[in-house]
Amino acid sequence: MKPPKFDYHAPRSVDEALGLLQRYGGDAKVLAGGQSLMPLLNFRLSRPAALVDLNRIPSLAYITEQDGQVRLGAMTRQRTIEFSPVVKERLPLLREATKLVGHLPIRTRGTIGGSLAHADPSAEYPAVLTALEGEVVARGPKGERVIKAKNLFRTYLTTSLEPDEILVEVRMPAMPAGAGFALEEFARRHGDFAIIGIAAMVVRDGPRCRTARLTTAGAGPVPLRLRAAEEILERDGLTDAAIEAAARRASELVSPDADIHASADYRRHLTGVLTKRALKRALGAARG
Amino acid sequence: MAEMVTVRLKVNGVAHEGRCEPRKLLVDFLREDLELTGTHIGCEHGICGACTILFNGEAARSCIMLAVQADGSEILTVEGLMQNGTLHPLQEAFREHHGLQCGFCTPGMLMTALDFLKTNPSPTEAEVREGISAVLCRCTGYQGIVNAVRAAARTLGGAAKVESGT
Repeated sequence: MKPPKFDYHAPRSVDEALGLLQRYGGDAKVLAGGQSLMPLLNFRLSRPAALVDLNRIPSLAYITEQDGQVRLGAMTRQRTIEFSPVVKERLPLLREATKLVGHLPIRTRGTIGGSLAHADPSAEYPAVLTALEGEVVARGPKGERVIKAKNLFRTYLTTSLEPDEILVEVRMPAMPAGAGFALEEFARRHGDFAIIGIAAMVVRDGPRCRTARLTTAGAGPVPLRLRAAEEILERDGLTDAAIEAAARRASELVSPDADIHASADYRRHLTGVLTKRALKRALGAARG
Repeated sequence: MAEMVTVRLKVNGVAHEGRCEPRKLLVDFLREDLELTGTHIGCEHGICGACTILFNGEAARSCIMLAVQADGSEILTVEGLMQNGTLHPLQEAFREHHGLQCGFCTPGMLMTALDFLKTNPSPTEAEVREGISAVLCRCTGYQGIVNAVRAAARTLGGAAKVESGT
């Protein structure tokens, strides 16, 4: 047997799942798509007393649109998001990011809630949630609370979710019609986590740039909004010179760590290169 | 000893029932309990793709699923591809185009390609390469595999897309 011993529970409702989390007092792990947790169990790097498997709660998988927001149930599979007409229409950046999440047989199981709660800073979904100023809904023993993206990610693989809370819903504001977008990433092999990724959105207003969004993946312990680079574009428009300046600023804003995959300097360099690429492509796709 | 759980599922159209610990991986359940050893175990942590099966019709890695999670499900393994003594068009194409060398990754390649062609019935070469990037072939015989998947796409009814560029 690869994984360590654990009690296994497959509750049929979120309330039942919350009761189980309370019962184990922080020693239980929530199992969503399992594409990150199961490898950790197989390596015995994670040894929870119990698994609370959300896969038998069908009410946690949905995609709806209301009040200008797209709401995705936490257990919505990445493969569902990839083919969702609502996501294609309203959140095309999320759709593009989804195609870069792992591989086909990972996306059939992997979920949006699981990816965000796992909070790998190199992953695509945390960067997109941050870029689009989305939020998540956490449910705990005291009820529900909404956590904005900027308050969700604390550090590597760590969120502000409490051990007795479950991430139940993801909300992202629909992208403005005509917004240009791109997710550019560099990975050693297709489907790997990004060494650096840049999620970009630009909203044009003639020659001006009404809104610019730039967020990193892989450039530090959490996804990082590159606000000072965004401001250059919002001030100077989407000219070649402004894009060059924003890309330079982007590489100055990050202070990435070095690891076995890449040095800090290389990551900083990639941040500039990919920011420029993402902005050029986003601009090419933008209308208005 | 952890509490044992009962797992009832259909594999390749045949109903099975077994009992195991909740921590038993689905791939081990298929191979050890059901003696279906066509599904291979490679890395055992969701990287190499050799253990890919169809879980309720979709490709999934059976080394990072628990057997208990498959209770009530329908699974297709490589053993279920051949029908009435006739190879599946994908298997036929792998044979025709030298899509296997040592054969270790082949079950994973076949099951991944099966789901891939369902959603993209007439892929370009680049799309095939991206699709099968989910499975590692350590013989590095990818060219034959790519050719086989494209040939199977034609047999299965998709018209090959005209590729732009080289």
